[in-house]
Amino acid sequence: MTINETIDQIIREFNQFDDWMDKYNYLIEMGRSVPLIDDTQKTDSNLIVGCQSRVWLSSEYKDGLIHFTADSDAVITKGIAYLLIRVFSGHTPAEIIDAETTFLDKIGLKEHLSPTRSNGLLSMVKQIKMYAFAYQIKEKNM
Amino acid sequence: MIEIDEAKILSVRNDFPILSRSVYGKPLVYFDNAATTQKPRSVIDAISNYYLNDNANVHRGVHYLSQQATGAFENVRKKMAAFIHAGSASEIIFTRGATESINLVAWSYCESFLNAGDEIIISMLEHHSNIVPWQVACERKGAFIKMIPVTAEGELDIEVFKDLLNERTKMVAVSHISNTLGTINPIAEIVSLAHSKNVPVFIDGAQGLSHGPVDVQKIDCDFYAFSAHKMYGPMGIGGLYGKASWLEKMQPYQLGGEMIEKVTFEKTTYNEIPYKFEAGTPNVADVIGLGAAIDYLEELGWDFITAQEKDLLTYATDKLHTVVGLKILGTTARKASIISFLIEGIHFFDAGTIIDHMGIAIRTGSHCTQPLMDSLKINGTLRASMAFYNTRQEIDKLIETIQRVKNLFE
Repeated sequence: MTINETIDQIIREFNQFDDWMDKYNYLIEMGRSVPLIDDTQKTDSNLIVGCQSRVWLSSEYKDGLIHFTADSDAVITKGIAYLLIRVFSGHTPAEIIDAETTFLDKIGLKEHLSPTRSNGLLSMVKQIKMYAFAYQIKEKNM
Repeated sequence: MIEIDEAKILSVRNDFPILSRSVYGKPLVYFDNAATTQKPRSVIDAISNYYLNDNANVHRGVHYLSQQATGAFENVRKKMAAFIHAGSASEIIFTRGATESINLVAWSYCESFLNAGDEIIISMLEHHSNIVPWQVACERKGAFIKMIPVTAEGELDIEVFKDLLNERTKMVAVSHISNTLGTINPIAEIVSLAHSKNVPVFIDGAQGLSHGPVDVQKIDCDFYAFSAHKMYGPMGIGGLYGKASWLEKMQPYQLGGEMIEKVTFEKTTYNEIPYKFEAGTPNVADVIGLGAAIDYLEELGWDFITAQEKDLLTYATDKLHTVVGLKILGTTARKASIISFLIEGIHFFDAGTIIDHMGIAIRTGSHCTQPLMDSLKINGTLRASMAFYNTRQEIDKLIETIQRVKNLFE
């Protein structure tokens, strides 16, 4: 599935909720059920510090594709981190660099990517893009 | 139990236009008063009236408007001095707020009186703004920060403070009221202990002036910093009370117009206090707004404010205690209407996100007190800070919402 197809799928999933509470319930369910990152990867170097919640992001580059794993100490943040992983993981650096990052606006979670929210998610998106740039440069130099 | 007059609270709420708005389609419950208080209509009108009718630069015009603006501006200085019982209006310096006041003293005092090897005592529960300016002053001068620890109840450990005081101590800087735990610190006792060793005391009063009367002469502190926006006044204005004996000995912090006496290219001499510390055109409109806030508080009266806030604190504390798994941080009896708490097994950010969607404004996170969070071994809390315009019904709504949060996450 392309990045845009995944985004469309997520938007369809969220469109079925009329009530904000159902939406958050869904995020909480996802945040709770998905094992996202190996505990050994919850290192300080993978830690993105927000003032509100903490996010761990780890990446692996294999056969031209970047695979991301992530976790958070807050369940809602973890649920949203899972959405970001679904969208960006398993794609080439070029695809990730070109991808739009505003899909959370379309499912009514825009506030979670605002700089003042400080939950680590905005930094996570930036970090995902940074990894993509770094792997792209590494690939060219090989 | 103090009798609370419901009709009076209702009429007080009507003084604050913003309290009747809704968020997410629900009536706003505003429990973030320690971050900033809402403004009564009289404050908003005073600012708008100033720009509509009275705007002119102060202290430098012979024309009618300038003289009128200067009179009104200086009148607020007198009003502020009387409000906190300063000895003289010249001991009140207008700044952008408590943060700038702390920076002013940390620079101006330390420039003249702090030397290598000296020590400044602060406390574990300080806001970052009462830590970092002292830290940087110490780095600049080769001096050291000493920390008063906090007890399990959230009180300053005065016995340790006594041991920390010594001949190298050059300043004690503590808050009047903790913005995170609500603890009211025994500042008069701290001042008396420090003065017995000839050490001056700086009080960060950012949370202090909204909850009860302050008498800086009785407390005998050397400096007291405040922000207007935390006492129902406008943002961007605040001040510093400083004993004239100190202010006269201190270097100016910012340089420019207004603060000078005579300028030549060889030598500039400075104006007298308070003007020595007020370089540039001041924020006249917001000073006028601050004056209106003082008028509002004095008309309402401390008896009503303290009784109402005490009732809210007691009611909220009792109700929160009924929630299984909820823990209040800061349990001292000497406390303002600020409550930090945690819900077992639920991250404060998760709880805060849901509570926000229910129209209730509370604060989550470290509240700019990371050293305190580290000492409590936590990353943050949920904080409900109440003002006299809040009601028991609003607290009931918060408790219901917390129950809902618990159901959602369990």
